[in-house]
Order: sequence, then structure tokens, then C-alpha cells
Amino acid sequence: MTATLQQGSAAVAEAAVVAGCRFFAGYPMLPFTDLLEHMARRLPQVGGTCMNAETEIEGVNMVLGAAAAGARAATGSCGQGIALMQETIAEAALNEVPFVVFNMARGQQDYFQCTRGGGWGDYRTITLAPKDVTEAVEHTQLLFHLADLYRAPTVLYGDYLVAHTWMGVEVAQRDFGPLPPKDWALDGSRGGTGRSRQVWTWAMGRDDAPGPGPDAHWRAVAEKFDAIAAAEARHEAHLTEDAEHLIVSFGSSAPFVEHVVDELREEGHRVGAFRPVTLWPFPEAALAEAAEGCRSVLVFEVNAGQMIDDVRLALAGRCPVVPIGGVSIDDSGMRQGSVLGAASIRERALAAMARHPAPAGGTR
Amino acid sequence: MTSRVLTRGTVVIDRERCKGCDLCIAACPPDVLVMSEDVNAMGYRFPLLLPGCTGCRACHAVCPDFVFSVFKYVEPVWLPTDGVADDQGDDRAADTADDTAGDTADDREEPA
Amino acid sequence: MTGFVPTDAPPERPSLQVASTSAPLQVSEDHHLCPGCGHPVAWRILLEAIDELAMAQRAIGVVGHGCYTNIVRLADIDWLQCLHGRAPAVATGVKRVHPDVGVFTLQGDGDMASEGLAEVLHAAARGERITAIMLNNGVFGDTGGQMTAASVVGQRTKTSLEGRDPAAHGYPVPVADLVARLPGTAYVARGAVNNAGSVAKTKRYLKRALELQLEGAGFTFVEVLTMCPTGWFVPTAAGPDYLSETFERTFPVGELHTDAPGAGG
Repeated sequence: MTATLQQGSAAVAEAAVVAGCRFFAGYPMLPFTDLLEHMARRLPQVGGTCMNAETEIEGVNMVLGAAAAGARAATGSCGQGIALMQETIAEAALNEVPFVVFNMARGQQDYFQCTRGGGWGDYRTITLAPKDVTEAVEHTQLLFHLADLYRAPTVLYGDYLVAHTWMGVEVAQRDFGPLPPKDWALDGSRGGTGRSRQVWTWAMGRDDAPGPGPDAHWRAVAEKFDAIAAAEARHEAHLTEDAEHLIVSFGSSAPFVEHVVDELREEGHRVGAFRPVTLWPFPEAALAEAAEGCRSVLVFEVNAGQMIDDVRLALAGRCPVVPIGGVSIDDSGMRQGSVLGAASIRERALAAMARHPAPAGGTR
Repeated sequence: MTSRVLTRGTVVIDRERCKGCDLCIAACPPDVLVMSEDVNAMGYRFPLLLPGCTGCRACHAVCPDFVFSVFKYVEPVWLPTDGVADDQGDDRAADTADDTAGDTADDREEPA
Repeated sequence: MTGFVPTDAPPERPSLQVASTSAPLQVSEDHHLCPGCGHPVAWRILLEAIDELAMAQRAIGVVGHGCYTNIVRLADIDWLQCLHGRAPAVATGVKRVHPDVGVFTLQGDGDMASEGLAEVLHAAARGERITAIMLNNGVFGDTGGQMTAASVVGQRTKTSLEGRDPAAHGYPVPVADLVARLPGTAYVARGAVNNAGSVAKTKRYLKRALELQLEGAGFTFVEVLTMCPTGWFVPTAAGPDYLSETFERTFPVGELHTDAPGAGG
């Protein structure tokens, strides 16, 4: 297989198809709409179903049904549409139905949504934030794998740039390892056998075969998310070993930040870049290690300050944490505005680093 | 002579499951169900069956608590109706029109 | 007591059993619902219909939230319990993955007429090959008897204590009638479970709706008027008459649509 120049949305759609996704339902909302259109074109070609749902809520519920029936299924929107899906995403986390949610966000303002969740109950959503189309292709497949591995809904934090950038990319099938069989999925075949199955958030079971009930079940689900937190955090660190300052960013901001870090290094600044690849579970331990010895940790995100909460939690006061991003949206409302740019990041970073100078007598 | 009624079927009533909703009483076309004075372990009165059941299953159809199973006799039987259902206190005269059809003494059901 | 017939055991006299306490596929009778509730009657005829159509091993029930959700504990078939109102959308996903399985929803009027009106109307318009079943007792029974979008004018509920007043609360939504008008529907009926005759008719409606779904005819729908004497503030034994005198006047029973999709209501 060779790399093909294609729109990010097309590549993500292809990655989903290659991962075995055979049911997709969504509602048009930019910058997610192209992904829906690509799935509408591709899924029938591989014997799958793509539904242009009448509402976001119906779309995610169709996906829940398809996934409960054993199919690899996905939905998506931008943050505004995913806001409507929150109850259902929480429901799927609590009744253990796996599917992927593509947030092709209108920028970076949905960090809280995917890490804190606006649903109900004690749940989390594994969230991967690709920095570019190439990574989005890998993350898409990994998310289907993690969803099935843990029987939980998972989230891709994409955005306008990931959705609309054209890149030469190869969509090769990735194998992430063995998965347990989907023997819990409903196929309608067990009626009257005493072994019929249920997908039920309250997990009450049947009177002749009682389930754990909501108390034990929800506790078990919470423990499952604790286990995921311990096992699935991912990050990327760039030039952090001897850094005096770190710039933390996620998703599409990261390539810009890396570029600025490389420039500043050439000018003699000892600065490094750190990005969580999983927004949840946030790579706290890796960040704490990367920040050891730093005079400041700068947080660049194109929002009013969301990921910075997790940075502060990870560092626990060991180091000053300084926001250098901000709210910025272009006039279409669809994408990051002018704050996202190498010059802007560089200027903000230099100003922040200057406020945390080296102590007199030399560097560490 | 005691009065008799042609009885085509009968029911088995799970008294402990009954919640005393009374819906079977109104539903029974030959009016052979009456609620008890006693109560079951849940504190509800439950239906009692008089002679004259036709095995029509109306009680079973309307019961929300799965109280009834219904049986249809292979041969209908004449059952005596003395006593409780008639609170006028009179003994009824026998209905002379068809009182010998199918009558065999050893088909009489034991009173409850 | 004299004069009563023993009812504690099957008769010794030669006889045929014509009705059983347990419905097919039922593993327990302990539903914990109120005396005089109509829902268990609807459950029973639904399970009988599934059994008589020999579809127990190709059946998935998608259940909403209400007193009727208890059926998931009581009946041995595959169940998916979903969010309030969403069952027709969830059932759509299930059916698209398993097109040969009989997929039905079981929802109350609060679930379908209030929360989930978009879901059922959209699924009907799409001609989704599922069977949607609405148990309509005009109240949110499980939460104590509040008004729903299907509560009838004059009906006293916890949120319309003086009776539903059109000036303040508007009018009820006749879901079956709306669905009957949509292209994509293959069969729509409204039944009731307040007397033996209506129970028998409603069971036929349910069988027909499921049968047509299995034939791939299109979206099928059965609304079942059930009693909630608790929610209606009426004595238990008065439930069936209250249903006839109030609900059936607003929601006429019968088969409302029996044409193939697109042929018109």
C-alpha cells in the first residue's frame, strides 16, 4: 500500500472501515460532516450501513443498538453535537457497550467535555487526540480496539484541521492484539434457553439468574476505569530531558508547539514540548517526570484553560504552571483563530519564560 | 330439590399471588367468581369459584398477577348451587326445564 | 365454606388445560406492580404472541424506562434496556445488524409520546422494520403519576390535580394516529387490556405487527391502552371502566393502518 493524498476525513473514514466498522450513524455538523459523507459512500461498498440520523441523539442511540448487537459502530459530531449525546455516552460506559465517537471539534474547547464528560454517573471516556492526519488514522483503529478491549465508548479528539487537511497518508490495517470474544452481544438467539442475554445499565439480570445490580455493577465499572487509567496513558515528549521550560499542548496545537520549541532550541533556550496523546487517561506520571527540574511549565491550548487543570493536578505544585494559550476562533466559528500560529506561540512562550528566569549564578 | 348449574370448566387459583384487584370478578361472564373474606399472606382478598364455570378464560385474560389456570371439562357436569352465592337466604326451586339432561349422581363435585 | 368449588389443584375430572398461570418464556411472576395494573396483561399477550409465532429464538426486546421495565427480569429473551424515549433509535441499530431477528420496542406513553416522539416518528417514516409497542396509561407511572403527552383532557394527575385543562396543559398526542399517517408504516393498531375481549383483540394486533415485521413489510406499531388505577386516582376495580370511558374516547381502538408502506393511511 502506498500513501495517497486525501482529506483527513476521508483517511479517518478509511481507517474506520479498515478497522471493521460496519455501522455509522451521525448528523451533519461541520467540521464532522465530511466524515459522515465519506462513511455514507464507503460503508455500503463493504456491506455496512451508514445512517444520516435525523438527530444527534438518535444517531448515537442507533450506534449503541448496533454495538450492543455486536457490530463495530461509530458516531461523531463536533462538540456542540456531542453535547447532545452525553447521556447516551455515559449510558454506554455504564452498560458496557463499545463504540467510537469522533469529535471533529471546532477547535480545542471540548477538552472538558471528553475528559470530564457531561453525562451521568462514574465513567470516563478513553480519548485520543491526534496531532495530524497520520496519527488520526492510527488512533481511529486503536480506539475501536480499546473500545472492544474494555467494552466502553471511546473518543477521538479531532478538529477542523484534522478533518480538512489533505495529507499523503497510507491507511494500513494495524493489529493491536487479541480481543475477548463478544459473547455478551445480543443476537436474539437465546430466548427460552435460560441463557438469554441482557444489556442493562442496572444489571439486575433475571429472577432466575440475578445480576449484580446497580450497586455492585457501577462499582465494578468504576474500578475498570481505574484499571484503564493505570494502563492506557500515552504521551509524546520532545526534547524534555534537559529542558528548563516545558510547553504542554494537545492535538493540532502540538506540531506548532514542536516547531516553536525547535526554533527556540536553536536560539539557545532549553525548552521542551510535552503532549498528552491520551487526554484521558492523562499521562500524569510522564508529565511529572518531564517537568522535573523545570522552572516553568507553559500550557498552550486554544481555549480559556481546560487541559491546564490536569497539568496542575499532575504537577501538584512542584512547578509554576503558566497558561499561554487563550480563546481564539475564526469568524466561521469552525476552527482555531489566530492564536494558533508559530509566531503567536513563540511570542507568548518567550514572554512567559522571561518571567521565570534562571537563578543568578547559572543554570541547573 | 337443590338447584344445579351446568359447569363446563374450572380454574386453579394461586391465592397467594393475588393482589385483590377485583378485575376477574367483573370479567367473569357467568359471574362465578366472588372475593373471599379471608386474606392471603400479602393481606389481599382473593377470588373463590362457584359452580357454573364455563372455562372461557376471561379471568385469565384480565388478571395482572398470573393467578389463574383454566381447565375445560371433557364432559360438562351439573353441579349443585346451594348456599353461599345467594344471599337472599331462600332455597331455590329446581329449574325444571332441563334438569335431567346429563345428570349422574356420581358426577357431583364435593363442596369446598 | 359451602358451595365453592375447590381451586387449589387441577381437576381430577377429565379436562383439558386451556390457560396456564405462566406465560411462555416467563421465569417469574413477581413483577411488584400495583393491583389492577394493565401492564402485566400486555406483557402476557406479547409473550404469547412471540411464542405462537415461534420467534423466541430470534427476538430482541428494546425496553424503555417505566414500571414495564420489570419485564426484563421476568422473561427469558434477549433484552436491551435503553434510555427514556430512545428505544426506536436503538432498535434501528439492532435491526440493521440483525435483520432476520424480530426486534421490538416496549415503551410507556411517558417514554414514547413525551420523551421519544422524534424517535418513533422518524423510525416510522423511515419504514424501519421494527415493531414499536406503546403501553399507554396516560401517566408517568413509575415516578408517581405525572402527566404525559398522552394524558387525556380532564385526567387528574400529580401535575394536573384539577384535571388536564387545554388552556393550561394543551391536548394529548395520539401517537398511533400520527404514526398511521406516515409512509413507511405497514401496520398500526390500537388496543386495550381492560376486558377479555379487548385482550384477545390486542393479542391479535401484536401478533400481526410482529408477523409483518418478520416478513419485512415495514414499520409496525401497536399502542396498548392499559390501566393505572394508582396513577388515575380511581379504585382498582374501576380501572377498566375508566379506561373505556375516558381513554377510548380520546384514543379510538382498532386497526388504524393496514396497507403496505407508501400506499397511504
